[in-house]
Amino acid sequence: MITLSINGETRRFTAPLNVAELVEQLAYTGKRIALERNGEIVPRSTFTHVRLADGDKIEVVVAVGGG
Amino acid sequence: MNDKLVIAGKTYSSRLLVGTGKYQDFTETRAALDASGAEIVTVAIRRTNLGQNPNEPSLLDAVPMSKFTYLPNTAGCYTADDAVRTLRLARELLDGHALVKLEVLGDPQSLYPNVIETLAAAKTLVAEGFQVMVYTSDDPIIARQLEDIGCVAIMPLASLIGSGMGILNPWNLQLIMDRVSVPVIVDAGVGTASDAAIAMELGCAGVLMNTAIAGAKNPVLMARAMKKAVEAGRDAFLAGRMPKKLYSGSPSSPTAGIIASTRG
Repeated sequence: MITLSINGETRRFTAPLNVAELVEQLAYTGKRIALERNGEIVPRSTFTHVRLADGDKIEVVVAVGGG
Repeated sequence: MNDKLVIAGKTYSSRLLVGTGKYQDFTETRAALDASGAEIVTVAIRRTNLGQNPNEPSLLDAVPMSKFTYLPNTAGCYTADDAVRTLRLARELLDGHALVKLEVLGDPQSLYPNVIETLAAAKTLVAEGFQVMVYTSDDPIIARQLEDIGCVAIMPLASLIGSGMGILNPWNLQLIMDRVSVPVIVDAGVGTASDAAIAMELGCAGVLMNTAIAGAKNPVLMARAMKKAVEAGRDAFLAGRMPKKLYSGSPSSPTAGIIASTRG
């Protein structure tokens, strides 16, 4: 069991997972998103290689309307 | 006439840059952008809403990156660190896109820029290869320092963000234009078409606005008005206005050949 903070919300996962699996669970596969783990960018090309650890702080962002 | 806006080596036909916030829906956003003729459009970077249906319409569908140059901003950031992180995320999000709008705010009431944090963020971003268009105060010394750091456009406020108060200090804008060689683009404060025209008549390279269009009763019509105002102001600047004179002494009609007076 690991606990992640995702966009400020606490989420628990029963099995260890990598970033690609997290993105899939959040239903963001194929969506234009960017992801930061503990303040560092995780490039899309490395999603399958980066394993998430208990306590990781994740930010997932999109482009929205703004001035 | 070959009068183009050049930013970081890239050429643009429109000198009007617009934001994509505060519209009723994406249809209105797109209609206003089309009416404005803008090529560069600002976007914000925000957390995904975890509960939300991921198939909801997105800005990317309404305002495709194939048709518009995205200018991701750092709106809402109050520190250099947050601004830098936001733009790193933006670059990853937009496939290595380097052109960004840096703004670091100092206070939530006025949204006045914090130039100390702005300078720090600009240094980091330029070192990391970003092309930084920077929102700043209308302080000509800071503007020059931002250019020296390597920013590709200096974007002083005309008045506070979202205020619609127009150009409160044209003299400072002139001082900035006299001191920097990169494009100077008025960012923030424009309320209506005449404000945009005045900015362009002063010699600004462009105008960036959001609320003036999105906050109008008819945003699409106002977008069209802004397009015309920016073009008219630019033409007037290039044409070179007549000097202002307190007394004319120079009538527009001939002074010779006037019929004789019958009085006296």
